[in-house]
Amino acid sequence: MSQPNSPEDTSARKRLLLMSRPRATKANVFAALLAILLGFAVATQVRQTQSLGLESLSQTDLITILDNATLLSSRLDQNARQLQVTHDQLVNGSTSDAAVLKAAQERLDALGILAGTARAHGPGIRMTIVDPGAKVTPPLLLDAIEELRDAGAEAIQVDTVRVVASTHFDQAASGVEIDGIAVRQPYTILAIGDPPTMSSAMEIPGGLSENVRQLGASVTITQAKELTVGALHTLSVPRYAHPVPSPAPPATP
Amino acid sequence: MIPALGLLVGLAVGLFLHPAVPLALQPYLPIAVIAALDAVFGGVRAILDGIFNDKVFVVSFLSNVIVAAFIVFLGDQLGVGSQLSTGVVVVLGIRIFSNVASIRRHLFRA
Repeated sequence: MSQPNSPEDTSARKRLLLMSRPRATKANVFAALLAILLGFAVATQVRQTQSLGLESLSQTDLITILDNATLLSSRLDQNARQLQVTHDQLVNGSTSDAAVLKAAQERLDALGILAGTARAHGPGIRMTIVDPGAKVTPPLLLDAIEELRDAGAEAIQVDTVRVVASTHFDQAASGVEIDGIAVRQPYTILAIGDPPTMSSAMEIPGGLSENVRQLGASVTITQAKELTVGALHTLSVPRYAHPVPSPAPPATP
Repeated sequence: MIPALGLLVGLAVGLFLHPAVPLALQPYLPIAVIAALDAVFGGVRAILDGIFNDKVFVVSFLSNVIVAAFIVFLGDQLGVGSQLSTGVVVVLGIRIFSNVASIRRHLFRA
């Protein structure tokens, strides 16, 4: 490069320059046509190579590709089997989950009726005590409740008060109070359970009906195929009683 | 100049049109392209040598392409297509290298 351009070099460049000048000879046009064809072919071939199919590959390459495909296929098969197993487990699990949920719902319903936080309906009796002399005392009403429970009553309501485990009966100046709520005459007791059993339990000699009548009050008992205990008991969080944690159940597989 | 522009035009057309190579031509196109490149480099070298002739260029271009394609075709028929293709590519590559070396000597004196 340090040498000055020799005459031959200059002439070569000159010739190249001369040739690159546009000339409208027939051969030049033809050459241009060939060049277009060449450019087109190059671009086409490059594109073809980039999107090459399998047909131009050698046997060794094809075997390698086949091996890879087989390997991938078996791996995917294995994958599919595992996923199928997982799928089956999930399906079975969801059905057992549904069973657990159903059991939990049943338990919740039972506890709700027991605790008085759920309305209850079913066959039962309606007992009305008319007490013109105001002789009926809280212990008598409590006896009535106990008798009903003894006879299998599952949900009991006195007037508008739901009777639950913590229900207490008081004698107030205005009359009988249940859970702090004054109960007016006539006392209406709704009990859900087996109607014949409960009504006969009320009517047995020395039972509630007789006691009430001795006080000068009257008792009416009607059996119903369907009645609703609609009063609800408001739960309060226990302040002093805390549940003793039950030992953890053994882990099931 | 015009052929150089033609080359660019052909490249652009090929890139934008996405032509599909017919199946029958697929083995021959790459060899034909190499042969044409050999002819082009030979032409440039002839220009620099001062012996360029339009007619010779066109004829050598076409004959190069046709002969290369024919050799590959013959090889395919004889069952040695891939080997013969490799041979043709090697030969044409050597020619292209020697032509480019000659061009380089003319242009750079080195």
